[in-house]
Amino acid sequence: MKQDNLQETEELQETPCVQPAVRKNQMRLEFDSCSENEGFARVAVAAFMTQLNPTVEEVADVKTAVSEAVTNAIIHGYEGRVETISISCSICGRELSVTVSDRGVGIPDVKAAMEPLFTSRPELERSGMGFAFMEAFMDQVSVESFPGKGTCVQMKKKIGTVPWKE
Amino acid sequence: MSLIKMENGRMTVFVPAELDDHNAKEIREQIDELLDSQWVRTLIFDFKDTAFMDSSGIGMILGRYKKMDYSGGKVEAVHLNDRIRRMMVLSGLYQVVRMEKEREGGR
Ligand SMILES: Nc1ncnc2c1ncn2[C@@H]1O[C@H](COP(=O)(O)OP(=O)(O)OP(=O)(O)O)[C@@H](O)[C@H]1O
Ligand SMILES: [Mg+2]
Repeated sequence: MKQDNLQETEELQETPCVQPAVRKNQMRLEFDSCSENEGFARVAVAAFMTQLNPTVEEVADVKTAVSEAVTNAIIHGYEGRVETISISCSICGRELSVTVSDRGVGIPDVKAAMEPLFTSRPELERSGMGFAFMEAFMDQVSVESFPGKGTCVQMKKKIGTVPWKE
Repeated sequence: MSLIKMENGRMTVFVPAELDDHNAKEIREQIDELLDSQWVRTLIFDFKDTAFMDSSGIGMILGRYKKMDYSGGKVEAVHLNDRIRRMMVLSGLYQVVRMEKEREGGR
């Protein structure tokens, strides 16, 4: 873990440093897998990340990625059945990590599923771009899935181009 | 509900503020009903009020493109913000849907 040397800078000499060296925070959400919750989920994550002072662009990137993962859980994971989706978010330093998980049907071949334009549901007018957009708008996307057990999509993104300052 | 304007075979769809899986179906049905009953040569998606779109929007546009292409019509997209433009490029939709030039009236 990195040592905080901010207390040595002039502006902060007055204030005793009560902040931990690395900023940490986390939250967890559970909600029904219905399409009404797609908007709720992305807005909730956007609200959580505001403490990182993100740019408008960064918020929009994360909202898009969350929307993709949640929509996939609803349409593919639970195939329209109403069950539970969970999102956990954490902040470590200036990195935001978002994990979207379902206990749905799972993905038989993750590598193939992540290829741009791959979709198992063309009849629903899916374009097969969900994972490609998650990868385009986040720094890192990793998928763990077990057929019959469920899917877990973890996405990470560094927020802000300058190191965190309080 | 999205607003639709019809003028000499040109149909303009004013895409709502958010276009996701939740509302794509309704917009799709609204457009298809008109495409099936009216003479439309050009279908234009106007994104001037759209702040959010995900891959559900790409699927909806692609589906309408296929319909228009089948009847020999064209599809255009105007007032795209940078993110929506990037999605159109990444998905390859830009090859078949005419987009206005970079930043022209965009955000
Ligand atoms: N949570 C999930 N559970 C089960 N299968 C999934 C899940 N997420 C994705 N998949 C599978 O991976 C494929 C690719 O997903 P991706 O989001 O890239 O495209 P899509 O959802 O089919 O289309 P689009 O996102 O463009 O509407 C899906 O078609 C589906 O087969
Ligand atoms: Mg998808």
